[in-house]
Amino acid sequence: MALKTEEMVLNMGPQHPSTHGVLRLELQLDGEIISDVIPHIGYLHRCFEKHCEAMTYPQVIPYTDRMDYLASMYNEFGYAIAVEKLMNIQVPERVEYIRVIMGELQRIASHLVALGTYGADLGAFTPFLFCFRDRERILHLFEITCGARLLYNYIWIGGLSHDLHPDFIRLTKEFIKEFRPNLKELNELLSYNKIFIDRTAHVGVLPAEAAINYGITGPNLRASGVKWDLRRDDPYSVYHKFDFEIPVGSGEKGKTGDCWDRYFIRVLEMEQSLKIIEQAIDQIPDGDISSAIPKRVKPPEGQVYARVENPRGELGYFIISDGSVNPYRIKVRAPSFVNLAVMGELCKGHMIADVVAILGSIDIVLGEIDR
Amino acid sequence: MKTAEEIFNLLKEKFSGSVTEFKTDKPVEPFIIINPLEIDKVCRFLYENSALTFDSLVNLSGVDDANGEKTKDQSGFDIIKGGTLSVWYHLESIKFRHKLVLKTSTDREKPEVASVSEIWNCANWHEREAFDLYGIIFLNHPDLRRILMPYDWETG
Repeated sequence: MALKTEEMVLNMGPQHPSTHGVLRLELQLDGEIISDVIPHIGYLHRCFEKHCEAMTYPQVIPYTDRMDYLASMYNEFGYAIAVEKLMNIQVPERVEYIRVIMGELQRIASHLVALGTYGADLGAFTPFLFCFRDRERILHLFEITCGARLLYNYIWIGGLSHDLHPDFIRLTKEFIKEFRPNLKELNELLSYNKIFIDRTAHVGVLPAEAAINYGITGPNLRASGVKWDLRRDDPYSVYHKFDFEIPVGSGEKGKTGDCWDRYFIRVLEMEQSLKIIEQAIDQIPDGDISSAIPKRVKPPEGQVYARVENPRGELGYFIISDGSVNPYRIKVRAPSFVNLAVMGELCKGHMIADVVAILGSIDIVLGEIDR
Repeated sequence: MKTAEEIFNLLKEKFSGSVTEFKTDKPVEPFIIINPLEIDKVCRFLYENSALTFDSLVNLSGVDDANGEKTKDQSGFDIIKGGTLSVWYHLESIKFRHKLVLKTSTDREKPEVASVSEIWNCANWHEREAFDLYGIIFLNHPDLRRILMPYDWETG
């Protein structure tokens, strides 16, 4: 007698520790092999875009914090740039430098969470604690600057809420000095760990062309071998003044664009961020930080699309102004939203256990996917 | 690298009926207005033409223009009849490093726009979002379901 077979549907989430938030993945299985993955999102939808229409422009900033809550500084950064472009505001140079320093520190903090939790997803718990120990020091730097550890409301339209704390430069230099050896330690603990490589190399390979067609940006795109970084290719703020490299995936342990590449690109990016912070600290000019903050934010009629290289990819703000004090429409092009859409494509033909490895390597934050 | 104006002239030559206007007056970035039912053909051309190669769709957003006739209901909420809904496209060529903004407006009572998700896979979710939050119907979309709101959310 022939056995009857059929596909099975398995729900992963909405409450599952390795979905990194409230996300439901509908796995369609042929035995243990994935035939398709359908992500179901929207569990964290807080009507951010609609809500902004009832706010004035500066009132939107605290809400941008709550989208990608692991990279709040960068969300504010992008929003400030968009409104400044719309109003044609020139920001003092000191402000630009401080923004870059904060942005790059935030990138390191965000990548540390990404890498730590990725290790934890795959069963390596120790690197998670090491990463959070280092991230804690960055959060401390943010705390002495603006009083908040996660949601800052620090970067304002045309300026900043506070100048740097007198100890900030010294503490940041100390952090950089002590963090470099820790990165090496992380490599020994996790990056070159044989079990870790076995779980991630050759898994979830994303070819460059597919990545571009899916609109993938940030570390995920660079891991596929595309040298594309908005800090270099569409420069904003003062990034053109710094000397840094853009690491790309090379398939060192497996194939270009596999999970290991996506993981390791973040390690390499942290080193480059340290380099940028060091240069910025050396060059930072004196000056006022609040001289360009407008008394009344009332942009002229028009539309603008401004974008920045968020730790997760291209974060874009599309703002339509009708000439009043409230934005007429804000659409956020959230990098995680676009990056998650490729899940089904990446998982096809892999095992159930690889879904966790692939999802972790994309590094999503549900706060900005659902907005 | 080509400027938006050069691309507009190229499009105007090829699609005289569906490419209507090149706007540079108020906005920060110029944009091109295109017929909603022909947008897929124009995008296909922009994607395939070897001198343009817009290989990446950066952003797609639905907008309620709220330019119809406004009345209030019993609870004081605006009810709008007529006017238009718009879709904005931000395209980019990673190969040639040029950018382009397209806009298309569709009738609010019958909001139909041709889907571009067969050209760029990433349009799939963006169009679902515009459908979900603005009610714009994307013709020939492979999977037009709600995305942020629950699937059984009432239309209204």
